[in-house]
Amino acid sequence: MAVKIHVEGLSAWYGAKKAIQDIGMDFAEHEVTAIIGPSGCGKSTLIRCLNRMHETIPKARAEGKVLLDGEDIYELPAVTVRRRIGMVFQKANPFPTMSIYDNVAAGLRLNGERNRSKLDAGVLKSLKAAALWDEVKDSLDKGGAGLSGGQQQRLCIARALAVEPEVLLMDEPCSALDPIATAKIEDLIFDLKKGYTVVIVTHNMQQAARVADKTAFLYLGKLVEFKNTRDLFERPDQELTEKYITGRFG
Amino acid sequence: MSVAALACVAIALIPLVSILFEAGARGLQSIQPGLFLFDTRDGGIGNSIQGTLILVALSSGVALPVGILTGVYLAEFGKGRVGTGVRFFVDVMTQIPSIVVGIFAYSLILTLAFSGLVGTRLVFSTVAGVIALATIMIPFVARTSEEALRLVPISTREAALALGIPRHRTILRVVLPSSASGLITGALLGVARVAGETAPLLVTALGSLYGFSGLDQPIESLPHTIYTFGLSPSTAENQAAWGASLVLVLIMLTISIVSRVIVRLRSVSE
Repeated sequence: MAVKIHVEGLSAWYGAKKAIQDIGMDFAEHEVTAIIGPSGCGKSTLIRCLNRMHETIPKARAEGKVLLDGEDIYELPAVTVRRRIGMVFQKANPFPTMSIYDNVAAGLRLNGERNRSKLDAGVLKSLKAAALWDEVKDSLDKGGAGLSGGQQQRLCIARALAVEPEVLLMDEPCSALDPIATAKIEDLIFDLKKGYTVVIVTHNMQQAARVADKTAFLYLGKLVEFKNTRDLFERPDQELTEKYITGRFG
Repeated sequence: MSVAALACVAIALIPLVSILFEAGARGLQSIQPGLFLFDTRDGGIGNSIQGTLILVALSSGVALPVGILTGVYLAEFGKGRVGTGVRFFVDVMTQIPSIVVGIFAYSLILTLAFSGLVGTRLVFSTVAGVIALATIMIPFVARTSEEALRLVPISTREAALALGIPRHRTILRVVLPSSASGLITGALLGVARVAGETAPLLVTALGSLYGFSGLDQPIESLPHTIYTFGLSPSTAENQAAWGASLVLVLIMLTISIVSRVIVRLRSVSE
């Protein structure tokens, strides 16, 4: 598989506190890569560095290389990077004052699209891709905040897909959801990898095992092990990985 | 303990109830068409209402954009030392007694007039009144806007930024609309605050017996009418002062009810 994102010597700080240290890894195109590890190990920091969301936090900074199709994202405009690498957050965050339609259309509109039929088409396509269309097609003008937690999260996925990114980053997208909503999102992730490169941070090792082609284990800001998901869970090279996946700490 | 607290509440309520009762009872007696149809020259308050509306509208026109943008700066960009400094000065400005602001506007225009930059007629004029009222309103609106903008969760901003929406569009199209009810409430309370100001107008807008006659002319206002009619030897004018008081209280009450209704409507729809 072709490399979509190449990470090299990536370190990131919050003020004086180092969150991740010297990470190097490749994210393959049309694959799902999971990042696992105990709380505070730097999983979220790592994926926030991939679309330059890390630097939106005051006093946060990053060093190292992140290449998207060979281009250094820290030399591209941040808005371009974020359009090409979309993101879904831990807690569903639909725009509170916008309808379902407007939420999905927001990215297109705010990036300058005015043509109504193009917006309609984009909203339809994204809601279908996020497996939400059938549930909301009759209430597109209602507020996004009225949906259930799982629906809100799929709305956020639709909103991210609407700007047609190449990569989708998901920061613990199911941690606030019940098992049924989680299963829906996992099915969705499986479909999404046909069109996108997906990186998912998860607390839940079973989830990584279910959805990811490759899995990375992070501990105390360092990349401990990164290989095919199956190999990582069945034959970990590192003792630390084995201890973590067998539940002896974390 | 609770008895003492209750007694204190009663003491605190006495002036409020008394003012509302007196202004209501005495004001109602003087509410008649003539009060609104005549200008202060003829014992009415038509020009006072007109003047207050003009002064408040013009100073809102100046102060709301400046105040809201200052609030945006404080909430979105003012993180470092500069932000702390600006916030401190804005806080100090909200505490400055309004007569001092009046004197500031007065001496500002006087200085400009002496150096020939503006006509001396501006010293006592609508423009001078607007400068004074806007100066009072800006820091108030800036702080209420900042508080309203801070209530918009970081996750909402992140959602917009992660879509590749530039920072300024995120603020204009996502953050400001999300805090609209807070911004509107702050603006209305700012309007209510300056609508009742008297002291700064004494040394700027001065007051007038006639209706609006130009931005460079003195202008009458409700608080000023209450002041002059209240001190007047004429019983008819004393009576009209009660009418003016009632009108002013009703304006304030309306503004505060409208702002509460806006907050309620917005929170129900969300």
